[in-house]
Amino acid sequence: MDPVIVIASLIVASTPIVFAAIGELVVEKSGVLNLGVEGMMIIGAVCGFIAAVETGSPLMGFLAGAAAGAAISLLFALLTQVLIANQVASGLALTLFGLGLSALIGHKYTGLRPPPTPKLEFFGAADIPIIGPIFFNHDLGVYASLILIVAVWYFLKHTRQGLILRAIGENHDAAHALGYKVVRIRVIAIMFGGACAGLGGAYFSLIRVPLWNEGMTAGIGWIALAIVVFASWKPWRILIGAYLFGGVTVLQLNLQGIGIDIPVAYLSMAPYLATIIVLVIMSADRTRASLNAPASLGRIFHASS
Amino acid sequence: MITLVPRITLVPRADPSKRMVYITPLIAVALTILFGGLLFASFGENPVEAIRIIFWDPIFGPHGFYYRGQILVKAAPLIIIALGLSFGFQAGIWNIGAEGQFIMGAITGAAAGLAFYPSTSPLIYPLMFVAGAAGGCLWAMIPALLKIKFNTNEILVSLMLVYVAFNFLAGMVTGPLRDPDGLNFPESRSFRKFEAGYNAEIWSGTGVHWGVIFMGLLVVVAYIFYSRHITGFHIRLMGQSPRAARFAGVSPNWMIALCLGLSGALAGLAGLFEVTGPAGKLSTTFPLGYGFTAIIVAFLGRLHPIGILFAGLILAVTFVGGDIIQSALSLPKASIQVFQGMLLFFLLAVDFLINYRVEWRR
Amino acid sequence: MPLLELDALTKAYPGVVANDAVSFAIEKGEIHALLGENGAGKSTLVKMIYGLVKPDTGTMHFEGAPFAPSEPSMARRAGVAMVFQHFSLFEALTVAENIALGMEAPPPPSELSSQIKEISERYGLTLDPDRLIGDLSVGERQRVEIVRCLLQDPKLLIMDEPTSVLTPQEVDILFKTLRQLSEEGTAILYISHKLEEIRTLCQNATILRHGTVVATCDPKKETAKSLAEMMVGKKLKSPKKSKTSHGNILCRVETLALARADAFGTDLKDITFSIHAGEVLGIAGVAGNGQDELMLALSGERRIDAGRITLNSLDLSHLSPSQRRMKGLHAAPEERLGHAAVPDMSLTDNTLITGFERQSLGKRGLIDFSKAKKFAERVIETFDVRTLGPNNAAKSLSGGNLQKFVIGREICQKPKLLIVNQPTWGVDAAAAADIRQAILELAREGAAILVLSQDLDELFEICDKVAVLHEGHLSDARDAGKITMEEIGLLMGGMAA
Repeated sequence: MDPVIVIASLIVASTPIVFAAIGELVVEKSGVLNLGVEGMMIIGAVCGFIAAVETGSPLMGFLAGAAAGAAISLLFALLTQVLIANQVASGLALTLFGLGLSALIGHKYTGLRPPPTPKLEFFGAADIPIIGPIFFNHDLGVYASLILIVAVWYFLKHTRQGLILRAIGENHDAAHALGYKVVRIRVIAIMFGGACAGLGGAYFSLIRVPLWNEGMTAGIGWIALAIVVFASWKPWRILIGAYLFGGVTVLQLNLQGIGIDIPVAYLSMAPYLATIIVLVIMSADRTRASLNAPASLGRIFHASS
Repeated sequence: MITLVPRITLVPRADPSKRMVYITPLIAVALTILFGGLLFASFGENPVEAIRIIFWDPIFGPHGFYYRGQILVKAAPLIIIALGLSFGFQAGIWNIGAEGQFIMGAITGAAAGLAFYPSTSPLIYPLMFVAGAAGGCLWAMIPALLKIKFNTNEILVSLMLVYVAFNFLAGMVTGPLRDPDGLNFPESRSFRKFEAGYNAEIWSGTGVHWGVIFMGLLVVVAYIFYSRHITGFHIRLMGQSPRAARFAGVSPNWMIALCLGLSGALAGLAGLFEVTGPAGKLSTTFPLGYGFTAIIVAFLGRLHPIGILFAGLILAVTFVGGDIIQSALSLPKASIQVFQGMLLFFLLAVDFLINYRVEWRR
Repeated sequence: MPLLELDALTKAYPGVVANDAVSFAIEKGEIHALLGENGAGKSTLVKMIYGLVKPDTGTMHFEGAPFAPSEPSMARRAGVAMVFQHFSLFEALTVAENIALGMEAPPPPSELSSQIKEISERYGLTLDPDRLIGDLSVGERQRVEIVRCLLQDPKLLIMDEPTSVLTPQEVDILFKTLRQLSEEGTAILYISHKLEEIRTLCQNATILRHGTVVATCDPKKETAKSLAEMMVGKKLKSPKKSKTSHGNILCRVETLALARADAFGTDLKDITFSIHAGEVLGIAGVAGNGQDELMLALSGERRIDAGRITLNSLDLSHLSPSQRRMKGLHAAPEERLGHAAVPDMSLTDNTLITGFERQSLGKRGLIDFSKAKKFAERVIETFDVRTLGPNNAAKSLSGGNLQKFVIGREICQKPKLLIVNQPTWGVDAAAAADIRQAILELAREGAAILVLSQDLDELFEICDKVAVLHEGHLSDARDAGKITMEEIGLLMGGMAA
């Protein structure tokens, strides 16, 4: 096992989760719990895949994935923000529906190969030993995910719109009393989350795997949700969480590869068990968890006047 | 008051509408049929025919005598699991890992029986029953204990454990539980050849096996528990208002353990009945997603035992219809999942009618 | 030309006319009181001025120009600022962030901080811009709201029940600030139902009842009694405290301690008190000084960390709420909907919350619904709860009626010790009088009673002894007849009296 290759491939393995988790972080910061990440991701994965295969352009694939994720998140927004449905149930519905719909529309594309996504060229920096393969030998998606983290951090911390979004997640009644449009801003946040999940899904089917398969996301949308808890709603910690998870995944794949004396089935449990352990560690400190979590998270908002 | 479009507003009702509680699931089914038809049309299929195949043929079609039994076979696990889930959902405790508990119950139950192969003792099946319930229950106690001890989110943990259970199943059927007399396929011994551990059809052709009988009894017990027992009341109290539940003297930790443990045990039993009956053996393909579909059943049945009975039958029809449509039309099996997802969507979408009136303003 | 002129404002909600042709005017620099009972339509009226609610008919003029704000930002731009009763603050954000959220075009953070410091010094309202709201006391939070308004240089400042959470001393400071503002030309619309305050502060008063203006007057020329009668529309009977001697000590709480449950809670430390049979002990204090924690510790909803709770020399410290009720300890929490009662459940179902065991509303765990219904009917009848019947949902009752039901449900079970938190909060005057009367009657029958309240007038009216809770510490109980308002105020502010 070459550690440089492991690190380089863990970055790729983590990127879909980085996308999905940073999107969900914004949604949750606005006070909405969307459990439909898995469903939005797989819709993004299939739509991105089809668009890329049909147009031959991976970029079109990413755009289509983001658009499809945002579009399907609108269903969730309609249910929870307009028709005031339970957020947990609506998120589950979105996931179940997304899994089915993606299988239906992707039916004829199973087994095809998507057009390859080129790696970015940094004037030969990729050839620098160690640093090159780790930092300068990736596709656009990896860098886009990093930029997105920084952008979300800046938005939440340093812009007025970000402050308003946090305020709504903290206390939607007070925000309403001050005249902020709670529902409108939440719908926008939900769509942003949907677009990010869709991007993550497209990255998964176009680069990470790259193939289309029914149910291929295999729970990474749920893991993205767990990463948001792990990150205690701080953008840069999303990166740590996602890369940690990517590391476990890549490591167990490598162990499978070298034929270690543990059956493949047990090794494949590792990422899911790691997620549970991480959740336990982060949730155990109750006062800290309650400080960072948006106070209105998952609560139904209904303007009384 | 919420303004949807100018002129249409939602006005909160002083009392929840009892009528709407019953009507809304029917509206949701009707909307699903309508939009499902449109979806099939967009895939170039005849919508009327597709709907007929899914909803009509399983009951009244030319092969109805066979399919009607199949409906009971599919309904039993759905209803058993959904009844268990419904109590947790009422309390605001979200076990969405029933699929994993279903698998674990099947594994522990099957393993307990196979350990005594080829015994013919009549105690074998009762032993497997207990082992199946225990397997599902213990698997569900993992998220319960983590929630009680560490405040961990039970939704995420129970779901992660589904994937762990899948992999555990794969490990078992390629390892300790692989059929020693088989051809190295990843599957266990068949229970059809192990009478003491086989959940046979009781009246041939009806589809009724012990799981169906159990389901029937469970509906009655659950109904009494739900409508008359103080613990059933406390569960609803906990869901509607956790602080009022504490004030009444309910311990949240006990509720978490009860709701998760109970739903896990029932899911485990459903898994046991399935693996020893209709599926016949452990293999990586035996779980059909009942654990997830049961979530829809629970909601469609309004978390009420009698409602769940009907909802389970309806979704069982779509399961059977899905099997038929796969062979009759060129549609993948997943189309039925879309249908089921859509049903839950529409149900949630029309739910507001219970607590709100729609008003048109001049 | 008046600063703000309201002309025949009307707003109707389904089933109720909140404001019916309300007209009055406020001059520049005037402190104008808006007086009325809960539900008289004060909140709806100010929400219309602030742009949160749109009137059905009627017009407003601000500085002579037509004024119809469609959202709060429009009102703020015109020069209207508002301090809410339930603060519109965000606990996990800093003071500066909170203030920025209430401004139309806040300056960059560093400049804002210096502006906050400047304003707060000028008006004697000390504030640190970088602290989290969650760590501030209630009085400090109100300062944040006021500073937020002042930074916008308002022409009209609306204050909704600003003193209900303050100590008497803090009220004096607030009034000084308000008078200073008024002298500088800012008009103040002051909403309250505290009559003495209005008499000392306001130059004019408009009195609302059932959504209509029933009187306009100069409050300084009225008495508190005459104002109250205009507000309520009838003469009120005040509950009578009987001067009977008390029995033996019934309830003892010794060195009770309980750590906070969340980051912004209060730790209870070394709480000790005792109550005799037939005695009413009042606990005063500003909200957020441990009242909720004390309530939970006594009712059994949270397990105490140290100390002892005894009733009739029986140790209840480690019993659950239902076990404590079986021994005669009953409680009525402050939050009616969601704690004492479940909004969407019927009144019959709501009796099961505290009555199942002690009233034997069932056997072997199976509920006897006809018995529960009879019990609900008994509560409704005994306490004159206005409702269509026991099958109606709790949320369909008005605040006063639901409070009567909640307290009645406990009193009907003949408690030996009754603990009530804010028994008349948000309740109309007639219901409040009934509730206080019922509490006194229970005491007369020999029960021990503990009342937690932020309303000092209420405590003086019904209590035999008063103690003060401050930052989780409880002062010694003193005879209500021997302690003065000022002394209580000092204790509430954390100073030894």
